Amino acid sequence: MSAPNASADTGKPIAFVSAKQLRERMHDAVNDPHLRSSFRGAMDFLMAKRAAQFPDADELDSLRSLSEGIRQYSLTRLPDLLEQLEANLTRNGVKVHWAETPEEANAIMLGIAQRHQARLIVKGKSMVSEEIEFNHAMEAAGVGALESDMGEYIVQLAGEKPSHIIMPAIHQTKQQIAKLFAEHIPGVSYTDNVDALIQIGRRVLREKFEIADIGLSGVNFAVAETGTLCLVENEGNGRMCTTVPKVHIAITGIEKVVEKLEHVAPLFSILTRSATGQAVSTYFNMISGPRKANEKDGPEEVHLVLLDNGRSQAYADEQLRKTLQCIRCGACMNHCPVYTRIGGHAYGTTYPGPIGKIVSPHMMGLEQTHLLPTASTLCGACGEVCPVKIPIPELLIRLRGEAQSEPHANPAMVGQGAGYSGLTTFVWRMWARVYSRPGSYRAFSWLASRFRALAPKNQAGWTAARTPLTPAPRRLRDMVRDRR
Amino acid sequence: MSRPTHGAGHSARTYPPRPQAVYFYATCLVDLFVPEAGMDAITLLEREGIRVIFPDNQTCCGQPAFTSGFPAEAREVVAAQLDLFPEDYPIVVPSGSCAGMIRWHWEKVIGDDAGLAARAAAISARTFELAEFLVHVLDFKRPDQGEPTTVALHTSCSARREMGTLLVGRELLSRLGNVSLAIHDHESECCGFGGSFSLKHPDISTAMVTDKVASLKATGARQMVTADCGCMLNITKRAALEDQNAGRAAPSLPGEHLATFLLRRTGGKQS
Repeated sequence: MSAPNASADTGKPIAFVSAKQLRERMHDAVNDPHLRSSFRGAMDFLMAKRAAQFPDADELDSLRSLSEGIRQYSLTRLPDLLEQLEANLTRNGVKVHWAETPEEANAIMLGIAQRHQARLIVKGKSMVSEEIEFNHAMEAAGVGALESDMGEYIVQLAGEKPSHIIMPAIHQTKQQIAKLFAEHIPGVSYTDNVDALIQIGRRVLREKFEIADIGLSGVNFAVAETGTLCLVENEGNGRMCTTVPKVHIAITGIEKVVEKLEHVAPLFSILTRSATGQAVSTYFNMISGPRKANEKDGPEEVHLVLLDNGRSQAYADEQLRKTLQCIRCGACMNHCPVYTRIGGHAYGTTYPGPIGKIVSPHMMGLEQTHLLPTASTLCGACGEVCPVKIPIPELLIRLRGEAQSEPHANPAMVGQGAGYSGLTTFVWRMWARVYSRPGSYRAFSWLASRFRALAPKNQAGWTAARTPLTPAPRRLRDMVRDRR
Repeated sequence: MSRPTHGAGHSARTYPPRPQAVYFYATCLVDLFVPEAGMDAITLLEREGIRVIFPDNQTCCGQPAFTSGFPAEAREVVAAQLDLFPEDYPIVVPSGSCAGMIRWHWEKVIGDDAGLAARAAAISARTFELAEFLVHVLDFKRPDQGEPTTVALHTSCSARREMGTLLVGRELLSRLGNVSLAIHDHESECCGFGGSFSLKHPDISTAMVTDKVASLKATGARQMVTADCGCMLNITKRAALEDQNAGRAAPSLPGEHLATFLLRRTGGKQS
């Protein structure tokens, strides 16, 4: 199956995606039967796995409440916690860097790479590194960046982007992966035996861990009180990346900090269960500094890059701040009827699905993303499964308003008003005038009913898939009145 | 009062004793597009000995503007509804999403005006979706007079998640002796209506409603029953187009509002 947007732009920096292009991507995706059936199957599987982890609705609800509370508490204290984190990491020997933009983050990391004359950086899975297009920035400067998470490795070989934040290659079939491996890995012939494919990947990556100069990783939770970076993973590649190379660079968004270790346990527990339906992940790494004098292994140098990239904008607004509660489990996309039908690539963002719709506008601006919040029925499946109770539908409505309102001074968001249409606004104003005046509404609905024969047979999007909507010959109020 | 966060099918709330009278808030969709459903709901309530008051000045709950990102326009319309319910009677709404709008969003939509917001909150507290009102307030039980049949139930997302009415819908059907319920595949998944979504994203909406129609049909049920007119129009008009394209004269998936179905099965209406 080809990726829905397997156009020239995959694997390259996210170029400006207009609303029109976004529509085309969504159209192509939803009409790709292969994509449809593979995402349906994968999402059904993940939903069932998650459900099996939460047999007790009350226990789930109390764990969600606790997790929401921890995230909100952490965000309320975010500025203090970040300072505390920096102080404790520094004390532990970790060098802390602050980056406001993707460019700054990449420049910091390229600087570290150049100082070490690094030729190869081996990477654990990190969505923030996707967000800043790290691989591209390194390769442009002549430094190799190799993904070591199996899914990310596949996506990188294919020259694509992840289509899911937890399972980046979920859109690829084993036959496609077999073909990719045979084409790209010297000495490998075609096999679609999954175990064999895993062994091939494992062998390739083993060598790379040995020769890599730098290991890069993400962070799931950064603990302020102890200066500890927690990393959740299943393949052991995260541990390899953070322990084998001489230098380890971790990168994360500024929102990932929590105050203390005891806050990590509930979040970790609900993260793995919500994400992959695992009671616990295979690996849980706690990184608290470089190798000490009496230690035999571990990196000699550890860096943490803290990235803003629009998060401060979300933080500044009490309602939008809830976006930052996210622990990146992906449950919202697994349960989203829209994501299930278009897959992750159609969104044109690093983070797809419901969370992508509410977080991307802060990272990329509404100019580029204003269509995303409209691509939802507000069914509420995402909010219902969110482990930290982010009110995603409420935020989608807020973003629709930010996008469509007339551009004004001091907006809460970059690109406010990008979806403004004078005509649409006029229509809603007229609607409000009619529907807030009972007399006008009665006249309007009487006309609509009386002249129902004039109802258009072509009702744009509606009649593309349905027979037309026609007002009834008599309104309910007529029936009620006639009965009296 | 916080919104229910998991859709197991019920939200805890206290129900009033059986009232003498109720206000019937029909919603704009019922008024103009599916008036029989509204009329059947009124008849159903009256047959239980309840006086039904239809405030003639009612228009719309404001949901279309609210969800489209036009809060000021929604506020204007909501504010015009606050005078409709002067007595302390329950307000019954034959549509899950409109009931959810009133119950969970009116107070917020009104915003800063404390006086109006308090009135909105008082209205929200006594607003009930029809099915929950029938089960929890009226304990609706009438003998089923129809032939044995199998139906599929579609519960709208708002009804399921905001009003917790999945179980009451099933309960009402289970009280009809000759009706068996067929659970369809991906039962809890959205039908793809979403108001303006169906117009703004027709491709995705079409994919969703096509899947919904297919899974409802696959149950072999004779018909679909739902308590939300938005979903009902979406699903039945999709099925109708499929019938039209296939040259079928009889509808392959007839749909009825739960009120109509209940009234018909219990002898209050001819088939």
